[in-house]
Amino acid sequence: MLIDVHAHFYQPAGARADWAERNASRLRAGEQIGITRHVASILGSWGRTSPTYFPSPADVTSGNDALLALMRAHPDRISGYVCVNPNYTGHALAEITRCLAAGMIGIKLAASRRANDPLLDPIGDAARRYGVPVLHHVWQHRRREWPGQEASDAAELAELAARHPLVPFILAHIGGGGDWAHSLRAIRDVANISVDLSGSGVDGSMLERCVDAVGVPRLLWGCDLTMCTGLAKLRHLEGLLSADDLERVRWRNAAAIFPAGSLAA
Amino acid sequence: MTQVDVNVFLGEYPFRDIGRWDTPVLLREMTRVGTDEAWVSHLGAIYRRDAAAGNAAVYAASAFDPRLRPIPVVHPTQPGRSAALDEAVTRGAPAVRSDPTLHGQAPAGDEMRQLLAACAERRLPLMMAVRLEDIRQRHPDDVATDLQPWAVRQLIRSHPAARLIITHADREFIEQVHFGSTPEEAARLLWDICWVWGPPEDHLELLLRTVGIERFTFGTGVPLRLLETSVAKLDLLNLDAESRARVTAGNLRAFTASPRS
Repeated sequence: MLIDVHAHFYQPAGARADWAERNASRLRAGEQIGITRHVASILGSWGRTSPTYFPSPADVTSGNDALLALMRAHPDRISGYVCVNPNYTGHALAEITRCLAAGMIGIKLAASRRANDPLLDPIGDAARRYGVPVLHHVWQHRRREWPGQEASDAAELAELAARHPLVPFILAHIGGGGDWAHSLRAIRDVANISVDLSGSGVDGSMLERCVDAVGVPRLLWGCDLTMCTGLAKLRHLEGLLSADDLERVRWRNAAAIFPAGSLAA
Repeated sequence: MTQVDVNVFLGEYPFRDIGRWDTPVLLREMTRVGTDEAWVSHLGAIYRRDAAAGNAAVYAASAFDPRLRPIPVVHPTQPGRSAALDEAVTRGAPAVRSDPTLHGQAPAGDEMRQLLAACAERRLPLMMAVRLEDIRQRHPDDVATDLQPWAVRQLIRSHPAARLIITHADREFIEQVHFGSTPEEAARLLWDICWVWGPPEDHLELLLRTVGIERFTFGTGVPLRLLETSVAKLDLLNLDAESRARVTAGNLRAFTASPRS
């Protein structure tokens, strides 16, 4: 078993004309890598009719609908995070209820509102109520504002996680940009945050530092936008971890935080 | 199948702990991923104003094991530049490298053009990196700018026998240089694959088709980047054995053995 906890697909109402080609490429590469399940999200229209990180309610619904369609088309391969914009509390909660009922297994928070903002508490409450994890987009040590997003860093996610100790949070893409060492220090003692190893960053010594900082039980394998880097990290881990620990990172740790049985092959 | 990694470093990186990375570790890691030969520069030579000590280290590494080919660093304004290039030739360096933006120097200014011409006269390709680390990752004190496509276009036009090996370039950079150059100029450029994305964006697959497979060679950027990444990228391409062999060594051999050299 190999679970990619951080996958994305594109959709016909999105900004990219090559959406179907990219989706097919992800599934094809997934077959080669041996991914048994892509746990994915679609971030609205990916900028076509509202910003990727500030999606309108209509685009949130459109993206979630497209993902549900992909899940129906590939029930043995694709699972879904329901993407929400917490600035629209009522719509976000309705989408969570609707999409989890339709088979999604987690909640995706991108960068529409900082992680420690009180507006995220209703989302955290819903995650606890439904027993699903929250994957949160993180900029590893945000030292300034970045255009196009209200990015959170690990310290802010740690505040949210502390307010919702029964909810499993996933710190997104440790290789996704910024100072990952800062993130590892910030969440070292926050037991309900796991680290997703995805991202295009393949810094030497990063994986070793992840293992040292939070331990194997809190590491989750994933790809995000670049699958060659995911495969490279997997191969590096094969030389770094015992067989048992490797199994935990490949899928067992993920299976422990998603709803029971939802990731079965 | 021979695999030559043109993009390898020894030494310490000034901005981040990359672990202990010396000659024995490098040789062990090369064996692990099936690399037969590595073109090695020293991070100390790249970042310090005086490259001599770092260059001495790569010459020593090469003397220790011939699988390690020395790529000495020559700063464009350093005194004794000609002697350093002559030493590179004498000691069998297959290329030299220079990263002027790390020293606040013009990437296509007079000094760089003179350095490139001096390399061409000695039949040495010049290697340059677009970046060594993602701008998102950099230490606040690391304010060097990335090498820009216009600089590479200007450099390759500056001397008819100049040859450049550019590492750490992404799809957009490569396209802007390749299609902004004449076919003759583009044929004097070789690109490493370490910063080109694989699936699902499939940039590498696209570039092999549009720019041409003969323009690409295997490189990793290790130890700043995981050694496995470029191997994984090739594995996901599903190239036939002949095409893969061109990327892993054949194109590089042809480039360094071209009539111009």
